[in-house]
Amino acid sequence: MYELSKVGKRFSSKVIALRDVDLSIGAGEFLAVQGSTGGGKTTLLQLLGALDRPTSGTLTFDGRDLGRLREGQLTRLRGSSFGFIFQTFNLLPTLTALENVETALVPLRVRGSERRERSLQALVEVGLEERINHLPSELSGGQQQRVAIARALVKYPRVILADEPTGNLDEDTRDEIIDLLETLWRDRGLTCILVTHDSAIARRAQRTVWISHGRLSARRERRRRGSKPAPTDDAEVPREQELEQELEQERTSGD
Amino acid sequence: MLFIYLTRELRRRYRQALVVSLGLAVGIGLVLTVTAAISGVGQAQTQVLHALYGVGTDLTVSKTATAGSGGPTHFGFAPPSGSQAGKAFSRDVLSAAGQGTLSQKTANSIRKLSGVAQVASALELTDVNIQGHFSSNPSGRGGFVKGGGSGGASPVSINTTSVTGIDVSNSNLGPITASDITSGHFLTSATAADAVVSTSYAKQQSLKAGSTVTVAGTSFTVVGLVDEPSGSSVDLFIPLGVAQKLSSLTGDVTQIYVRAADATEISKVQSEIAKLDSSATITTSADLANEVTGSLSNASTLATKLGLWLSVAVLIAAFGIASLLSIAAVSRRVREFGTLKALGWTTRRIVAQVMSESIVQGIAGGIVGIAIGFGGAALVTRLAPTLTAITGASNAPTAGTPSRGGFPGRGGGFPGRGGPADPGTHTLYLHLIAHVQTEALILAVVLAIAGGLIAGMFGGWRAASLRPAAALRRVE
Repeated sequence: MYELSKVGKRFSSKVIALRDVDLSIGAGEFLAVQGSTGGGKTTLLQLLGALDRPTSGTLTFDGRDLGRLREGQLTRLRGSSFGFIFQTFNLLPTLTALENVETALVPLRVRGSERRERSLQALVEVGLEERINHLPSELSGGQQQRVAIARALVKYPRVILADEPTGNLDEDTRDEIIDLLETLWRDRGLTCILVTHDSAIARRAQRTVWISHGRLSARRERRRRGSKPAPTDDAEVPREQELEQELEQERTSGD
Repeated sequence: MLFIYLTRELRRRYRQALVVSLGLAVGIGLVLTVTAAISGVGQAQTQVLHALYGVGTDLTVSKTATAGSGGPTHFGFAPPSGSQAGKAFSRDVLSAAGQGTLSQKTANSIRKLSGVAQVASALELTDVNIQGHFSSNPSGRGGFVKGGGSGGASPVSINTTSVTGIDVSNSNLGPITASDITSGHFLTSATAADAVVSTSYAKQQSLKAGSTVTVAGTSFTVVGLVDEPSGSSVDLFIPLGVAQKLSSLTGDVTQIYVRAADATEISKVQSEIAKLDSSATITTSADLANEVTGSLSNASTLATKLGLWLSVAVLIAAFGIASLLSIAAVSRRVREFGTLKALGWTTRRIVAQVMSESIVQGIAGGIVGIAIGFGGAALVTRLAPTLTAITGASNAPTAGTPSRGGFPGRGGGFPGRGGPADPGTHTLYLHLIAHVQTEALILAVVLAIAGGLIAGMFGGWRAASLRPAAALRRVE
């Protein structure tokens, strides 16, 4: 699905977010991107979601080079294929839960009644049928993130891109949200790419890659026990035990 | 979706939306008020021109007063004899005193000139009526009682009536036209003792269509009332021939009104008339407008120069503030627009969203602005001081100089009428009535939408220029 070859992203001569990233992500994969703050996780996610273009290398999605597509093509791709989930939920504060979900169907020109029907269905799926007419300010953090998940799913995307989706939630809510994401990923056969600094969350993914100072750390890529191997994987797979120890060390040192 | 999003956003930012709308409203309201005032000043000027000049007239021909012109002005009293002592007397003098006269043949000659469409003549007269009692002076010397005199006799009273003889054959050119009649009808017979009376004179004398009014001892039937232009002092309009006969000025007129076939012919016609009568004073409407001085002229200058520029400056400021506030609002919503872009919203759709919000604010501002404009115009009408228009003050009529002429002094020299002692000047008092014009309303709507568009365009463009990733990175 995704092929990244020597992908780099430079914001200025001094700020280089990504350097020579090589990565393959298969269709239907659940990938976690872990790393320290400012390491380039979000930038990588934005490149994968066609929100930005790489400044070097090639990034292809289903064989299409995202760096070479026109702005309109990228917009259409975002509208149809990618569902975003943000750490701060990014709901429109003036719209109700239902209307917020509907905004994802506007670019697809889905008509009013069908738009409402599908949005309602998505909210039922995330367990928010009781809160459809509530404004974001009337919802808890977990409920807001559920609305955001419904908004990402309502258009039946091929890829879910979640940027620290549990970063603003307490532990219980975090587990609920990640359970929900995992269920949806499994039931719908989506490709799910999740950026997190939380190892507990990352452990739920099929595969975890580490990114630090803009570089993908091949040495620290990890696969969940029993998960299928990625369709293409050039990275070296370190031993599970060794990785767990490293993760534990990071946790104790405060990430 | 656009509508829901739009209304919710405006409701959320209602304070700011209110400021933007009110800013535009003040700008638009000021423009409307100023244009209404300018229009009011323009109408006042038209009234002045109408009062002095006649409706639809391109040129007037008159003559400077000379000694003895305008007919006799003496009352013909012989020294009272002893037998007349204590008896009542009444004398009328109808004359064109203070005005020069032209021969009606000149009007006929002008009518034949090329480039002349219509010609009408008028004879402006003043009827002075003196009433009182002869004194019973024991010395035997004649005289009038001057009021409150010995013996308790009545005082001498002097009444003046302004009478204008008009060309009955031409009902759409001259000091009044058929369209000015508010009650009854225009004069129809050139020889009948009919009169059209000004509404103010009719009110003063309790006259109406069908009433009888006496001028210089002759009874006239009132056939119509005319709403004379503000500042005009004419009380009665009678047929020209009748006026000439009553004043013993047969074949004479004081004004010739000329309408050119085309506006471009005016100067040519002016030259031709000057050739016909070198002593005539020929005045065009442009000359007349230039000669109007006084507060009306000042108000006109103030309204057109300062007022208009001030309102344009306020409007630009209002547009600027609206744009800045819109940009500020958009800046606060950058992450929101970044999210929408991440959801696949096109830049065009986001710009349309921002612009539609601005246009709604603009339209709201326009509606309030129109209300402010009407209120402002009403306030100008209510508070504006009475304007004065002084005509012919600095320009004595010069014979044979067609391009610059003075105005015939009207009523000068008679007690109680006219105004300034200088017979060459004429002062009119007018009240400014500021009307909001339809064109100005259309302008207001256009300005409101343009204001919204400009404000929204700046804000929308700013939002559109950001890449989605950059917008999402933005810290609010």
